[in-house]
Amino acid sequence: MDAIKFVQEQLLIKPDFPAFRPGDNIVVNYKIIEGDKERIQAFRGDVIQINGEGLGKTFTVRKMSNGVGVERIFPFSSPNITEIKVTKRGKVRRAKLFYLRGLVGKKARIKERKFINLSPKNNPEG
Amino acid sequence: MNGIIGKKVGMTSIYDEKGRNVACTVLEVGPCVVTQVKTEDSKDGYNAVQMAFGDAKVKNTTKALLGHFDKAKTGPKRKVAEFRDFNSVEKAVGETVQVDEVFKVGDQVSAVGVTKGKGFQGVVKRHGFSGVNDATHGQHNRQRAPGSVGASSFPSKVFKGMRMAGRDGGQQVKIKNLKVLKIFPEQNLILLKGAVPGHKGAFIVIEKK
Repeated sequence: MDAIKFVQEQLLIKPDFPAFRPGDNIVVNYKIIEGDKERIQAFRGDVIQINGEGLGKTFTVRKMSNGVGVERIFPFSSPNITEIKVTKRGKVRRAKLFYLRGLVGKKARIKERKFINLSPKNNPEG
Repeated sequence: MNGIIGKKVGMTSIYDEKGRNVACTVLEVGPCVVTQVKTEDSKDGYNAVQMAFGDAKVKNTTKALLGHFDKAKTGPKRKVAEFRDFNSVEKAVGETVQVDEVFKVGDQVSAVGVTKGKGFQGVVKRHGFSGVNDATHGQHNRQRAPGSVGASSFPSKVFKGMRMAGRDGGQQVKIKNLKVLKIFPEQNLILLKGAVPGHKGAFIVIEKK
């Protein structure tokens, strides 16, 4: 078991992304490989969950696209993510925001967090 | 054939150069002790290197094997394997073989091991029969049944080799063409793409043509 942990620590790419939490609105720039061409696509939406630990840690981003809810799960350690930008800090009261799936329009908005405490305790790495 | 003996540690995943997430198996391989070197000119009549891996207790080892290990000036080992025409490194009896001396990243290797024992299994799991695909139309208790095992008065017997229920798993199998994804020489660890037979801690012989 320790050997597995060692391997996973070796494989873990420490991403230098800005810290974000569930409820934040972010833009994820990720690489798309089509045949032998490579381009970067942006996905902007609200973070509705952060799941897992270590190599398997992922976050889910939800956005409304032409009235249809679209969710995408990104692994933190994916080499295909080139950049993450935080556009809005959200004020939410739970860690998993699945209730947003049942809401549309104005009700599906997330209040903005005005006072951001930047001490490391309140801002875990991600 | 070049190779080394190892132990399955477990599975994890790794991102390859194209950014794809691939499943891989972590194995603790070596260092293996060379216990015998066979050569064509000797009475063995062929070239091979025999090596041993995994410490065993003296009380669980036969006196014959203990004497064999004494010749290599090593303690008793649990797994002994022979590799014919081993030519990646020149080794004498008693020397140890490391992973990075045998394999490099990108090699295609085979993994030989004993699969997990499944116990007494029906024909659907053991041989991949489809069973009866209907729950209705007069079926009762027959969804995983094997069906007919032969004709009637001729031949009046069931042919040998007819696939039936029985003990499943626990067999030696060889998984071919596994790619070496990564090697950690200091920790004696190797990462192979895909799965390898057996449970965690099972002995695996890794071979390279």
